[in-house]
Amino acid sequence: MSSGHDHADAHGAHGSMRDYVIGFVLSVVLTAIPFWLVIERPFSGPVIAAIILGFAAVQMVVHMIFFLHMKGGTEGGWSLTALMFTIILVVIMLSGSIWVMTHLNHNMMPGSDADVAHEMSQMP
Amino acid sequence: MSSTVAFDPSKPVSFYDLEPHDHPEGHSTMLGFWIYLMSDCLIFAILFACYAVLGGNYAAGPGPQDLFDLPLVAVNTAMLLFSSITYGFAMLAMQRGAKGQVLGWLAITGVFGLCFLSIELYEFAHMIHEGATPQRSAFLSAFFTLVGTHGLHVTFGSIWLVTLMVQVARKGLIAANQRRLMCLSLFWHFLDVIWIGVFTFVYLMGMLR
Repeated sequence: MSSGHDHADAHGAHGSMRDYVIGFVLSVVLTAIPFWLVIERPFSGPVIAAIILGFAAVQMVVHMIFFLHMKGGTEGGWSLTALMFTIILVVIMLSGSIWVMTHLNHNMMPGSDADVAHEMSQMP
Repeated sequence: MSSTVAFDPSKPVSFYDLEPHDHPEGHSTMLGFWIYLMSDCLIFAILFACYAVLGGNYAAGPGPQDLFDLPLVAVNTAMLLFSSITYGFAMLAMQRGAKGQVLGWLAITGVFGLCFLSIELYEFAHMIHEGATPQRSAFLSAFFTLVGTHGLHVTFGSIWLVTLMVQVARKGLIAANQRRLMCLSLFWHFLDVIWIGVFTFVYLMGMLR
C-alpha cells in the first residue's frame, strides 16, 4: 500500500526533462540580461534597478514552477497556502522595514537640521 | 427526557476517534519539509531587510563598487544554476530507478556546490584581506551575515548531499532514500531561489548605488 502511494507521490512531485530544460534556459536568460544591464549601463540607474528587480521576481517564479514544481494541487494545496502566507509576511516585513527606516534616515539627516528647526519653531 | 435532545440517543457518544486511521511512513514529510523551508525563507527575509536598512551605512569604509567583482559573481551564479539542473537530472534518474546515474549526477551537483563555496570563500578572503571585515561598517556586517548565511546553507546542503550519496550507495533507491532525495531537492532549489535575491539585491543593486 505504501509503496504504491509513494510511487504516485513521486510522479506528482517531479518534473520531466522538458521542465528542467525549459527552467534552465529561462533562468540563464533571466540571469544574463540583468548582469549585462548592470555591466553595460544602457539606461539610467533607477531604470536598470527596476528592470533587474522585475527579472529577479520573474526568475523566482520560474524556479518555483520548473525546479520546485509548485502546482496548486501539491499536498492538497497546503504547500501553496504555506507559500502564499510566507510571501505575504515577507512583503509586509520587507516593505515595512524599508519604509520606516528610510523615513527615519530621512528625518535624522544632518542636512535637514534647518528644516527641523523650522518645523520646531512652528510648534506651539 | 423530552424529545429536544440534540443527539441521537440510539448511537453511543464518542468524543475521540478510536479508529486507527492510516499514517503511511513519510506521508507528511514533504509538506513538513516545505513548511521548514518557508520558515527558512523568513530568516532570509529578515537578513534581507537588515541589508536593505544598513546597506548604505559604509562608515567611510569601502562600498559595494570598491569591493564587488561582477564577473566573479556571474561565475558563482552559473555554478549554482548548473548544480540546480544537475540535481534535477539526478531526480529524473531516480524516477527511472537508475542508481548509478543518480550517484553520478549527485557527485556532479556536489562538485558545482563546492565550486560555488570555494569562489565565495575566495571572495570573502579577498575582501577581508583588503580590510573589508564584518566589523568595518554596518554595510559589511549586513553583507557578511546575509551572504554568509546563504553560504552556510549551501555548506550544510553539501554535507547532506554526501550523506545521501553514501546512503543511496549502500541501501539503494529505497522509498526512504527517495523521500530524502526529494527533500534535498527542495532544499537545493530553494537555495538557488534565495541566491537570485542575493545577486540581484546585494551585488547588482550594490553596483548601481
